[in-house]
Amino acid sequence: MKQLSTKVTSNGHGQDSSYFLGWEEYEKNPYDEIKNPNGMIQMGLAENQLCFDLIESWLAKNPDAASLKRNGQSIFRELALFQDYHGMPEFKKAMAEFMEEIRGNRVTFDPKKIVLAAGSTSANETLMFCLAEPGDAFLLPTPYYPGFDRDLKWRTGAEIVPIHCSSSNGFQITEAALQQAYQQAHKLDLKVKGVLVTNPSNPLGTALTRRELNLLVDFITSKNIHLISDEIYSGTMFGFEQFISVMDVLKDKKLENTEVSKRVHVVYSLSKDLGLPGFRVGAIYSNDEMIVSAATKMSSFGLVSSQTQYLLSALLSDKKFTSQYLEENQKRLKSRQKQLVSGLESAGITCLRSNAGLFCWVDMRHLLDTNTFEAELDLWKKIVYNVKLNISPGSSCHCTEPGWFRVCFANMSEDTLDLALKRLKTFVESTDCGRMISRSSHERLKSLRKKTVSNWVFRVSWSDRVPDER
Amino acid sequence: MDLLSRKATCNSHGQDSSYFLGWEEYEKNPYDVLKNPHGIIQMGLAENQLCFDLLESWLVQNPDAASFKRDGQSIFRELALFQDYHGLSSFKNALANFMSENRQNRVFFDSNNLVLTAGATSANETLMFCLANPGDAFLLPTPYYPGFDRDLKWRTGVEIVPIQCLSSNGFRITKHALEEAYEQAKKLNLNVKGVLITNPSNPLGTTTTQTELNILFEFISKNKNIHLVSDEIYSGTAFSSSEFISVMEILKNNQLENTDVFNRVHIVYSLSKDLGLPGFRVGAIYSNDKDVISAATKMSSFGLVSSQTQYLLSSLLSDKEFTKTYLRENQSRLKYRQRMLVTGLEAIGIGCLKSNAGLFCWVDMRHLLSSKTFEAEMDLWKKIVYEVKLNISPGSACHCEEPGWFRVCFANMSEETLKLALKRLKKFVDNGALTCSRKKTMTTISNWVFRLSFHDRDAEER
Repeated sequence: MKQLSTKVTSNGHGQDSSYFLGWEEYEKNPYDEIKNPNGMIQMGLAENQLCFDLIESWLAKNPDAASLKRNGQSIFRELALFQDYHGMPEFKKAMAEFMEEIRGNRVTFDPKKIVLAAGSTSANETLMFCLAEPGDAFLLPTPYYPGFDRDLKWRTGAEIVPIHCSSSNGFQITEAALQQAYQQAHKLDLKVKGVLVTNPSNPLGTALTRRELNLLVDFITSKNIHLISDEIYSGTMFGFEQFISVMDVLKDKKLENTEVSKRVHVVYSLSKDLGLPGFRVGAIYSNDEMIVSAATKMSSFGLVSSQTQYLLSALLSDKKFTSQYLEENQKRLKSRQKQLVSGLESAGITCLRSNAGLFCWVDMRHLLDTNTFEAELDLWKKIVYNVKLNISPGSSCHCTEPGWFRVCFANMSEDTLDLALKRLKTFVESTDCGRMISRSSHERLKSLRKKTVSNWVFRVSWSDRVPDER
Repeated sequence: MDLLSRKATCNSHGQDSSYFLGWEEYEKNPYDVLKNPHGIIQMGLAENQLCFDLLESWLVQNPDAASFKRDGQSIFRELALFQDYHGLSSFKNALANFMSENRQNRVFFDSNNLVLTAGATSANETLMFCLANPGDAFLLPTPYYPGFDRDLKWRTGVEIVPIQCLSSNGFRITKHALEEAYEQAKKLNLNVKGVLITNPSNPLGTTTTQTELNILFEFISKNKNIHLVSDEIYSGTAFSSSEFISVMEILKNNQLENTDVFNRVHIVYSLSKDLGLPGFRVGAIYSNDKDVISAATKMSSFGLVSSQTQYLLSSLLSDKEFTKTYLRENQSRLKYRQRMLVTGLEAIGIGCLKSNAGLFCWVDMRHLLSSKTFEAEMDLWKKIVYEVKLNISPGSACHCEEPGWFRVCFANMSEETLKLALKRLKKFVDNGALTCSRKKTMTTISNWVFRLSFHDRDAEER
């Protein structure tokens, strides 16, 4: 009898085939404008495909960067051998400056405090290994990115305790919710090591308010715990408001160089802002030397390819490019979000008012036949099978209220988005104000339904799903 | 309250400044043929710099591969978005074929059984997460690559119990040593989950023999819960392909396909040594166990290979004319370079373990020790670093049971530099400078010297 670790064998548990269905259906029948116009439109993948033309044109003008050359000279050998876990200094400098630019140059990032990682998936896991023992807990506001269940908990043994956010106040984090989560952790005999937020939020598409950020910083100060701010979407902010980073708050509260500042860490990646998830570029930023030191060594398990570091250091060092890119990216995202929001509105569907991200948090509660997660699943299946749109149900994001869905808008063309909205409108109108469902189809769907959705649906259950579809 | 995890804080304990010294000294005073001809020559880094010209010339002839183009058309968007943890199939196919080629196509690798990882460092750790629980143990023959202490144990909680190999039989694994290690693990109340070998061996530079492989397979056939992991990262550095026997060949030759042993043998590979591309972070796990493949694939999310790099290398490795020439040339140049080091050392009266692979030699300097102790080995090492100005790796860093052995790399420098290094060494030996015993007070070397102790050293200098 062969024996594998419990990490492997526990894997198969809690697999919910219902969600697997949506992805499977898409893979079987993917929409293609010409080849498969009736296929399923993928709206569950938070990719940014809106600005590739800008990057491609930069590549055409700067061929050396990809061709492993510097000033026309081959630096292939140097790059082939470069495996220093401190990362390429030019690249870290360029990353630090890019992060500053995204924050309006209001705060500074010291390249020496940056640790590179193979994507923020790696960065988040590494931070857990540095901050938590097996059995320790991090508090996360719901709804949150389903991948966190794997990234933060799987191999680290850390636990997640949810901070329940509700639609009654636009899913904002409240002091009461924070305290309640903290107490809940204690009830479960879990030692709370910190809070992790995604800012701007996935799946909400909203940037944290100053009030929420102050609340968080005050909270971690009083409890003597860490705050991780995953700012992977920082460059997707398109609202009238400015993006407020946790680093802004530390500065404004004059907490720089204090003990508290050592417990605040930022995670970043180029997967969303630049649309480069394939290149595996993530980073941890910390004011705590010990964490930078430990995380640097741990980055050995997921270094960024030197070929990629070199290309991107050239790209990000081009300030003309970065400023043009950031501006254009925001403009296009804003326009695209507007298209989705108004399209949904005309179908009688509203969204949480968003100012960032690659998706909207859509309110379909009025389309549920009952205020239950079972009804949410029913509706989701209908949208997958009948409307042929793959969108993400709120329960997979640990939302405490049924009826919310995350719908992505930046991973397809305008025309495809139009088509998706048209299909949805048709569907909503055909179901008689979205309320009435015939008894027979309801029974049919009930028999299709598997066991009740567990909270761990996205754990590690999907054999064939594409990773990191945040 | 502890604000950081034990994993993060244990880092600073056990730091042995002695070893740190060698690296520090090199960084402070690196040899450069023009700018610093009296600097320290780096002979502690197992890099393969002998065939870059072949790679560079291929790149010149095939500019599309690095420029995100396929048949002249840009595939930038496709690559930018490609993050599927199953990996680029064209790359996995090319890699599987390359691995077969490395074994003269005596065995065949199925790309469906391959998991890509960010280097062998990531592959080895991932395999531990898949095969062992915290507190379980893996048996490793000594001497072994110092990085394993971090890679296999640090975040996984797995323990290493050494299989003690001695110079008396050329450091070969014996049945007795294997069983003794197993007993030792039991005494320490550790559940043995497997054996991990590096074949060809680092730091020995020797391929694992048929006899040793038979012993290992007999062991895991008898003990049905035990896995065998064969890190074959140096497979392409065997000077003669026929002398390298992969565990895949044993599975085939012994017709083990339909036995449970088949699912308990796993291979780790990487392009860091054979192709000299450690910076590109390309590693792989190969296993016949579907569950291992499935779990390892998901775990690879934590260390995927950049799609930019996958594409470049899939083009490179799909070029059969190139791979054939490269493998042959690589072997021939490594053999030649090893010869240079071995004869140079012989002329100084220094012997090496007879090696047939790798980027280094396992050098016998026992006769230069003032006493048969690790303290004397440390003394000698310091002299070689500070006075001879060569950075080489002392055997104790590799958990060698016997003092006096050193790993000396030969493929990370030019011929002239190697000749110079040998000249320097000869001068000192001839002057008797290395044999005079100087009493130095210093702390006993712990076995965990390379654990996490080097703040500033480059990662993965195997």
